[in-house]
Amino acid sequence: MTDPALSLTDAVTAFLARRARWSPLEIAFWLVAASTIWLFPAKHLILTEICIWALFALSLDLILGYAGVISLGHAAFFGLGAYAAGLMGKHGLIAEPLLALVASGIIAAVIGFVTSFLVLRGSDLTRLMVTFGVALILREIANKYSDITGGADGLQGVEIGPVFGRFRFDLFGHTGYVYSLAVLFVLFVVARRIVQSPFGLSLQAIRGNPLRSSAVGIAVNWRLVAIYTLSAGYAGVAGALLAQTQAFASLEMFSIERSADVLLILIIGGTGYLYGGLIGALIYRFLQDYLSELTARYWQFWIGLILVAIVLIGRDRIGRWLAPAQKLAETISQWRPGRARPAAIEKAEP
Amino acid sequence: MLTILFDGVAYGMLLFVLACGLSVTLGLMNFVNLAHGSFAMAGGYFTVVLVNRMGVPFLACLPLAFLFSAALGALFERTLYVHVYRKSHLDQVLFTVGLIFISVAGLDYLMGSSQQFVNIPEMLQGQINVLGVGVGRYRLMIIAICGLLTVLLQLMLTKTRFGSRLRAAVDDQRVARGLGINVGAVFGLTFAFGSGLAGLGGALGAEILGLDPVFPLKYLIYFLIVVTVGGTSSITGPFVASILLGIGDVAGKYYLPTLSAFVIYCIMIVMLLWRPQGLFARPR
Amino acid sequence: MTVVLETRGLDKHFGGIVAANDVSLRIERGARHALIGPNGAGKTTVVNLLTGVLKPTAGQILLDGNDITGLEPHARVRLGIARTFQINQLFADLTPIETLGLAVSERVGHGHDWWRIVGSKPEVTREISELIERFRLGDVMHERTAILPYGKQRLLEIALAIACRPRVLLLDEPAAGVPEDERHEILATVEALPQDVTVLLIEHDMDIIFSFADRISVLVNGALFVEGEPDEVARDPRVRAVYLGEAFDA
Repeated sequence: MTDPALSLTDAVTAFLARRARWSPLEIAFWLVAASTIWLFPAKHLILTEICIWALFALSLDLILGYAGVISLGHAAFFGLGAYAAGLMGKHGLIAEPLLALVASGIIAAVIGFVTSFLVLRGSDLTRLMVTFGVALILREIANKYSDITGGADGLQGVEIGPVFGRFRFDLFGHTGYVYSLAVLFVLFVVARRIVQSPFGLSLQAIRGNPLRSSAVGIAVNWRLVAIYTLSAGYAGVAGALLAQTQAFASLEMFSIERSADVLLILIIGGTGYLYGGLIGALIYRFLQDYLSELTARYWQFWIGLILVAIVLIGRDRIGRWLAPAQKLAETISQWRPGRARPAAIEKAEP
Repeated sequence: MLTILFDGVAYGMLLFVLACGLSVTLGLMNFVNLAHGSFAMAGGYFTVVLVNRMGVPFLACLPLAFLFSAALGALFERTLYVHVYRKSHLDQVLFTVGLIFISVAGLDYLMGSSQQFVNIPEMLQGQINVLGVGVGRYRLMIIAICGLLTVLLQLMLTKTRFGSRLRAAVDDQRVARGLGINVGAVFGLTFAFGSGLAGLGGALGAEILGLDPVFPLKYLIYFLIVVTVGGTSSITGPFVASILLGIGDVAGKYYLPTLSAFVIYCIMIVMLLWRPQGLFARPR
Repeated sequence: MTVVLETRGLDKHFGGIVAANDVSLRIERGARHALIGPNGAGKTTVVNLLTGVLKPTAGQILLDGNDITGLEPHARVRLGIARTFQINQLFADLTPIETLGLAVSERVGHGHDWWRIVGSKPEVTREISELIERFRLGDVMHERTAILPYGKQRLLEIALAIACRPRVLLLDEPAAGVPEDERHEILATVEALPQDVTVLLIEHDMDIIFSFADRISVLVNGALFVEGEPDEVARDPRVRAVYLGEAFDA
């Protein structure tokens, strides 16, 4: 005779295990992604760009989708990583690109750690301005020390060594793509693990109800510092990838346009389930191509229009339209690294 | 040095006229209208078209720019913004960033991406001698006009019925509604007025700040600084903040040219952390 | 009997408003202490001060004789104080399993683990299921908290505090808003709390107070008015005046 208490425990364990399991849909996603290496060699350059945006958006998801921190200046870390990797390449400080990548990520993470304390205090508006301000400051610094950074002309003369000493970055972007995709995958897996962990759960709790979180014993501020630092590191790696695959870095990488674009990408794809950044990057890049063909350099107009439309229609409502598709995905197997689309991040009480 | 002070005050007052609409909107609706600069830009371009292409006298364009941007503001507020008031801060940010993109790309398409200059009338060009100091006539005019506007605003706010309704609604929306104040109308009028002021500021500022399609983004941080340092519960707060920022920026550019922007941003961050509700806000 | 939680001259001013006025409480270990008073008396303020959500303008808070006045809320939870909120403060997007799992993980020290998956420790899952069983949340444990019926949410609210295995439990109107027929579940839960857990209960419902409390403190306008055993307090004419007076004004 089964002990009812035991089977309840089993049910709880099963629920939590299912929550974390790789669903067939996820596995299919990555298999398809990997297959593009062989199936679409002509598209490798654009696919590399998508990987980079995806990683950048993933980094933003960590703080926005999981911890609820709105940032208008995440490009600060992106640019930092880019210049770090670019300078390492240019001056031969670290020849092996993967090591330089890791080093750039660490540098960005350190600055993220330092600035994370600024983000803990104040309202959403304060956070917005502080993050915006940090990006502006970094851009100013890069601009000021133009003899090191190349200033407004960008960092010239960057040379990236071959990966593992063997695989050169070629003009067609083949090495670049495999490299970027691999980095994206590895970092994704790590992020996935983190959001499935007790730490990741506490972040979701903090996003949902910081008051209750501290009433349950969670040291809210330290968790936010930790995830902000990690997120900055990820953004730095994304920037470094860009610098390495394009052998170039520019002030534009710190710009508010870039911070706003990555926010848009994440919103298009959806926050809080990790794949939003990846899907958003795909949609964004193809949208950009399509719209550019239609209206040359004014494609940003349409992007703005889409943003406004998304907000007016309501991200919740759009989520509900997509619910049938999501139900289908769920019946294929219970999937979600975390949960279904969370509700919109609520306004703080004035 | 007096010139710097003078220029700084002029710059500051211009910033005030540009940003005070944003301050009131934030205090009134708890709404972060990042696209505020777009209304300023609209006023600026409107003036450019009227003065440069249609020969309308510059001074006449100023009230016209005000009306134009006010009308634009009223239109957008009633049709679009009103749906976004209750949404989360993130949604408001996305919405206004979208509007910025639309306005930046739109104006780029309509007017081209190069900087536009207004043909200011002769009498406003050059300098006049005041107490042995050469002061720019244009800047003198700015100080005069903006000063007058500030006084008018303060009077309006404190002495008129609309002003007291506005202050009530800023203080506590629900109670104001309960008292029968038509908060929706107050919002609409205030938003339109604030946008109008921004447009006027854009028209005045084309000569000093430079007018190009990225104006809303370039000056966004300045508007935000004025609003957060000055607080949202009065006119005097943003006014003083603008003057300080104006003087600080001009002085900085003169004495520490490569560091000035850097210093301003650092000071901003320090301010935000030390007094998140602004230097001049009433303690809540 | 040892005093486990004590406040000395606790004051809280909001500008000109005095929310707490020289509040000095002594709560003994294992006590079932009730805090009552008219609306706006400052009862929730006292709880917020005790848990660290508010910093006192003056005064001290002592836990087991140690001064905890300067500690952050999460630090006090680790020392053994937990509370429920008058209006449910739950995690709308998390399921009861995840909510309780969160509290349990934090308590056993796994809260900052970033490499393991939630639910991989059997002691944690066992405890989660015990709590679910005890609070009869089994039929809704997979659902998002936001869609649970109010009564279940209230039970979850209490379960969440219990999951912290507190030595001192502060219950802020646990039965508030719960329909008449579901109240007994809440009450049964409160009654069933282990004897060594000290409970401070804020309630308006007099039946609950008198069946549960062994000591009552009456708070009026932020100050302690009367304190004593239930019978004494019930008979005290000043208390009646305060409550009857309030009923006439209301």
